[in-house]
Amino acid sequence: MGSPTKIRATAKDDSTEVKILMSHEMENGRRKDDEGNLIPAKYITEVAVRHNDRIVLECQFGTAVSKDPYLIFRFKGGKQGEKISVYWIDNKGDNRLDEAVIG
Amino acid sequence: MINLARRKALKTGGGLGLLGFLAAVGLLQSGTAWAERNNHAFEVKTLDEALDALGAVLPENSAAIQLTAPETAENGAFVPITVSSSLPRIEQISILVDKNPTILTANFILPEGTEGFITTRIKMGQTAMVIVLVKSDGKFYRAAREVKVVLGGCS
Repeated sequence: MGSPTKIRATAKDDSTEVKILMSHEMENGRRKDDEGNLIPAKYITEVAVRHNDRIVLECQFGTAVSKDPYLIFRFKGGKQGEKISVYWIDNKGDNRLDEAVIG
Repeated sequence: MINLARRKALKTGGGLGLLGFLAAVGLLQSGTAWAERNNHAFEVKTLDEALDALGAVLPENSAAIQLTAPETAENGAFVPITVSSSLPRIEQISILVDKNPTILTANFILPEGTEGFITTRIKMGQTAMVIVLVKSDGKFYRAAREVKVVLGGCS
């Protein structure tokens, strides 16, 4: 569901820097639409980032992570051409898995 | 003794679910596999309750945590936050905002080999303290700074 997650992973020295931009509205459930109706909460609750098959970062989000969640982090190891995957799931069960290779 | 206490907590802890409960009391090791989200910690409305739910009672201030955030955020919908720490073996970084409707914003669980560093963007409804907790070798440390918010970000 939704648009693909943008992933840029760069190997530098002995570590890899990963930049991630997820596409998600991150609705907190407290906003109202133009007619005054409450917009239901819809936000990413969990994210797992894997290098090949190993988890290198897990995130648990509340409603106050900004729209289109953005992350930068680094892990030791990682070589050009190896796989990085980002999986997210939201409070309604929508989810996405996207992949990129380390550059 | 432990079993009785657990049974009681399981009975009263109802909606959390078993994994949630075990995670909340720290019986599940994070980092080795997909850790259960600590749902309760994301629902509480006060800083004390949030610290309690994270198991971070009275965390020590640490100069080994660098919290980078704007002094003034023009738009509370996108407040950039960077946490970086030289503390040993960092297992978890948590970001909290003391005046948001829900206090806990994000937990990051860092397996071995992942650096004590994270950048993200958060929503802030008003001027408030941003508090970060870093769990190093099983113990929580904190750093905090005020961010003035010009236009609230509907957190």
